[in-house]
Amino acid sequence: MKDYRELEMDFMDNVPSPQIDRREFLKLGSGIFVLFTVGDFSTLAEAQQAQRSLPTDFNALLRIGEDGRVSCYTGKIEMGQGVNTSLAQMIADELDVQLDVVDMVMGDTDLCPYDRGTFGSLTTRSFGQSLRAAGAEARRVLLELASEQLKLPMETLGTENGQVFDKSNRNNRVPYARLTQGKRIERRLSQAAIKKMPSEFKVMNKPVNRRDAIEKVTGKAHYSADIQLPGMLYARILRPPAHGAKLTSVDLSGARKMKDVVVVHEGDFVAVLHKYPDVAEQALAAIQATFGASPSKTDDVTIFDHLLSVAGPEQVVSKEGDLPTGESASKSVIERTYLDGYKAHAPIEPHAAVANLEGSKMTVWASTQTPFPLKEEIIRELGFSPENVRVLTPYLGGGFGGKSRNLQAVEAARLAKLTGKPVQVAWTRQEEFFYDAFRPAAVVKIRSGITASGAMSFWDYSVYFAGQRGSQHFYTIPHHSTRSFSAAPGKDAHPFATGPWRAPANNTNTFARESQIDIMAAEAGRDPLEFRLNHLPEGNIKEVLRAAAKKFGWKPAKGPSGRGYGIACGVDAGTFVATIAGVAVDKATGDVKVKRVVCAQDMGLVVNPAGATIQMEGCIMMGLGYTLKEDVRFKNGAILDENFDTYEIPLFSWLPKIETVLMEKKEADPQGGGEPAIITMGGAIANAIYDAIGVRVFQLPITPERIREALAKK
Amino acid sequence: MMETIRFTLNNKPVTLTVESDRLLLWVLRTDLALTGTKYGCGAGLCGSCTVLVEKKAVRSCHTTIGEIKGKEVLTIEGLATEGALHPVQKAFVDHDALQCGYCTPGMILTACSLLHENPHPSSTEIIRELDANLCRCGAHTRILAAVHAASKELKGGF
Repeated sequence: MKDYRELEMDFMDNVPSPQIDRREFLKLGSGIFVLFTVGDFSTLAEAQQAQRSLPTDFNALLRIGEDGRVSCYTGKIEMGQGVNTSLAQMIADELDVQLDVVDMVMGDTDLCPYDRGTFGSLTTRSFGQSLRAAGAEARRVLLELASEQLKLPMETLGTENGQVFDKSNRNNRVPYARLTQGKRIERRLSQAAIKKMPSEFKVMNKPVNRRDAIEKVTGKAHYSADIQLPGMLYARILRPPAHGAKLTSVDLSGARKMKDVVVVHEGDFVAVLHKYPDVAEQALAAIQATFGASPSKTDDVTIFDHLLSVAGPEQVVSKEGDLPTGESASKSVIERTYLDGYKAHAPIEPHAAVANLEGSKMTVWASTQTPFPLKEEIIRELGFSPENVRVLTPYLGGGFGGKSRNLQAVEAARLAKLTGKPVQVAWTRQEEFFYDAFRPAAVVKIRSGITASGAMSFWDYSVYFAGQRGSQHFYTIPHHSTRSFSAAPGKDAHPFATGPWRAPANNTNTFARESQIDIMAAEAGRDPLEFRLNHLPEGNIKEVLRAAAKKFGWKPAKGPSGRGYGIACGVDAGTFVATIAGVAVDKATGDVKVKRVVCAQDMGLVVNPAGATIQMEGCIMMGLGYTLKEDVRFKNGAILDENFDTYEIPLFSWLPKIETVLMEKKEADPQGGGEPAIITMGGAIANAIYDAIGVRVFQLPITPERIREALAKK
Repeated sequence: MMETIRFTLNNKPVTLTVESDRLLLWVLRTDLALTGTKYGCGAGLCGSCTVLVEKKAVRSCHTTIGEIKGKEVLTIEGLATEGALHPVQKAFVDHDALQCGYCTPGMILTACSLLHENPHPSSTEIIRELDANLCRCGAHTRILAAVHAASKELKGGF
């Protein structure tokens, strides 16, 4: 097991330039400031230094104000994953303050230092760890100040509940607020900052309910489309019927006749605006437009052949031993191809943004996972200077990777610039399905073998277009090779945008790998749990498999046992996960009911066990969708699924009994939590279906039609 | 057609002069600045725009302002009274029955509507009622628990 943690960033090829507006930071006033850097920022900074003269020496900031409140300024955003709560827990613990004095200032490009975006389950494991160190550093500064004020050596002092106290006389104490008064102290994070030991945790590793819940249950929480500015216009934009279709003619007279409707026509960009969104919608309907045909000639059935035909050279992910040697030692060789269609993110909040141009300053509120890259995009697309663009990020109504693409916000800024009015662009559900950067369709080809004694002898794995994350297997196999393919230079793979979707690539890879492992277990005549355990070194994966099996009450049996139980395990974002599903399959209709899902997860230190459990439950529920139903249908560039009537996402009536296990690993560094538990859902359910009815479907989603087809071929 | 429409909104009388065929969703969000009612699909398929009309859950993306003339409308903003959360809201907070929170107003109001009609629903009945409300984050198991808890707290009242 090696290297897989390094493969997780493969969808972030275009790293935007770092950029920090020091002037805004300097306006923050007095207090203690701890500036710190997360990730390999120095190299990035060097690369970009030639282009920018802005300081690049820190990218996160913690402040203890004169009122004793603690503020964390971070470019991360809250989209439901709960980091607003878990990051605050980390600060509260390191600083010895109550959770409710911690304010999170998130995703504001004027106030927060540069951040690449919220993705890859990196917030806790990467940013959070640095934040903890910054908290420890700030605590050290407070102890120094108190030492001066109380005229006592630092080692005789302790901290609790926002105060420094004298250990020999606990009544002799001074609140943080008094220590910071009238001072402005700037510290770089030093190596000397010592984070707390797990035994010292008072807030971390304890379940805490969401801090944003009251705002969200009362309707007070603001999302981007809830931003309303005086004189604001709602825009509706003319869209092509298919990707790649060009506007050939447009008649705007109908819209122009409508009272108070503003019409914008710039090249292919046509928009109508009104103070009411419903009137803007009517104005859009009054436009007569014709479009040419899309050059795209694929659909959701032919896409897989197309993808294989445009694949470029292989990229080797991992390799060991010699495949022919492994193959010659095999008693049987199994060769299978796995397919996975496009998936929509389908957050319930469609992309939305409000833009306001005041003088030369453009302010944009956007539902985005990447406020800083969005700022760069606006600078680039619309010709603003960096100091004149501010992006603010209200709450996001779900992201799942889909809000890393910010087309709507650039449109809003463009329209605000063109009309001189504040403008809201809030996509309709149809636009959301049309412009979503889907999880890519993908093909995985696996050849593998087992010896006469039932040991895996070789593993030959090729993944096309999903990406590398999760492609590397972790089983004990002497001869193996894993390769990843993307489009050949100059070739178009997908007819529309694709992008990161909760645990990018790993859902597809884990489905394929864990299906194949199950086939091998059946071929060897072994129980699928035992087969996996026999091919794993002692360590985290084995532990989560055993924990899941224990919780499930797994009794060994060779598949297909008729019970409808399936196992899958995997690694994502540094977290180890094992899932066991129990299903019932109606052979006549092909309908699958997932009755029970047990998931065990090792994510190192669990900062907020309540939040982590909820993320696991969310992953399990969302995972049912891509496994059983979700598939974006399209033809010649047109997206055929435009709303939730045909693109079905998991419903209450699908809800299985969900049981989660979090491994107790307080001493280990925290790992990702928002994504891992979704990766095993495809494999666990596919294997459970096989265990129930003895046939296997090699394509996601595993629809009733595909099950009936597989049964008919049996 | 422009019309003067009177109705009760969050326990207060409201008079609006509007095109009577405008959708309640947009009138609430724009004219009345009550943005707790969300747009999700525009086709009555997701439930984010749910409001209560005469204590019954209604999709405001499929209801015109003309249709609510003389009626009592409650949005998420009107559910808490005098600073105290409604028991359904409180149950959602206590059970962490939300993640991104975007579907939450619709979920809460649909649950209120159900509990008004059926104070002690079974799990099957809750699932049947909420099945047309979509949550992408996967808070379903928590929402079910919250509705059960609220049902106990409300003791048949609303």
